[in-house]
Amino acid sequence: MSYAQPHPRQSILSNSSYSSAEHLSPTASSTRFSLPAAPSIHSTLASTPRPASNRVVPNIYDRNLSKARAAEVSASAYAFLFSEIVQYTQKRVSGINDFERRLNTIGYRVGSRVLEILFWRNESTSKAPKREIRLLPVLLMIQTQVWKAVFGKPADGLEKSSSNVDEYMVIDNEPLFERHISVPKDFSQLSCSSFTAGIVEAFLDGLNFPARVTAHHTPNAQFPSKVTILIKLEKSVLERDELQK
Amino acid sequence: MAIFSLWIINKAGGLVYNRNFAEGLAQLTSNEQLVLAGTLHGIHAITSRLSPNGSSSGANVIEGESFKMTIHLTVTGTKFVLLTSLQETIAEHILQRIYEAYSDAVMKNPFHTPEMPIRSEGFDSRVTAIIGSGQT
Repeated sequence: MSYAQPHPRQSILSNSSYSSAEHLSPTASSTRFSLPAAPSIHSTLASTPRPASNRVVPNIYDRNLSKARAAEVSASAYAFLFSEIVQYTQKRVSGINDFERRLNTIGYRVGSRVLEILFWRNESTSKAPKREIRLLPVLLMIQTQVWKAVFGKPADGLEKSSSNVDEYMVIDNEPLFERHISVPKDFSQLSCSSFTAGIVEAFLDGLNFPARVTAHHTPNAQFPSKVTILIKLEKSVLERDELQK
Repeated sequence: MAIFSLWIINKAGGLVYNRNFAEGLAQLTSNEQLVLAGTLHGIHAITSRLSPNGSSSGANVIEGESFKMTIHLTVTGTKFVLLTSLQETIAEHILQRIYEAYSDAVMKNPFHTPEMPIRSEGFDSRVTAIIGSGQT
């Protein structure tokens, strides 16, 4: 075969990204994309020891779990990560219902961890740790503590449905996840906050309040991205809560 | 002082966003605009090689008798071009803010494909806010 071997410096770039680099204006391509004669990644890892840096970034596993205040993350990183989650999901679904269900499933995995860490932070230091068994305190906890842990601010409202006794609504006027998202017209029914709904569902499930949680886009003039998280509790939950009165 | 229009040119020379704000320039068909954007991309590539010593940023401002074209090249090769009247002094500042809006409302939007035309309501409204406030 007469194919030339790829130049070793090119091998870490995929073909597509290299060809797009050729379209760049010369300034950008010469400064950005032509790789200097630096040692390749493998030799750096294998032979040369890393330069000793004074700046020690603690590994996420080494950080103290209870320090909630200092552990802030960049909102941009959060937005990019969520954007990738949505793109990943979009490639694997056929319709909007499927889309929302998948986002809900991913959120569920986050929610079960949120539940774990919240109780660890709140109850591990208290002398009489307790578990919430009544419905209303649990819902209030979602509105304040879960929202604060995940979004850094409490939710804007908690309402009880007037028509159905088993329905509650958590309202977020400016959901953090959707701050930079513009949903195209052909997806107009889609609410990316299904992810948030998944978090809530996992939280309720973990406390043994099984419910079906969905997200609905309910814009108004003042808050164009307002979202209502609808919690539809199972019958058994309401019956049990009635007995505990 | 007037801002005529805003172009965003991707790194391959394609026009991915084009919006007019004020009358004053010749009306162009979308095809003509695509051709002009591609030409500007080429001119910019030439100007960035003309510097006698070392690398150059390429053309930053192109002036005519009745208009001024300010070009902002980002590190990723995307170009933001603002067509204004000659007296406009804050074009660079506006481009910087549009770049900011682009990073937020376009690049963080999961429904945008990089290098493809920008169709994002969030970006449209951010641009309206910036240019609206920039116009005096």
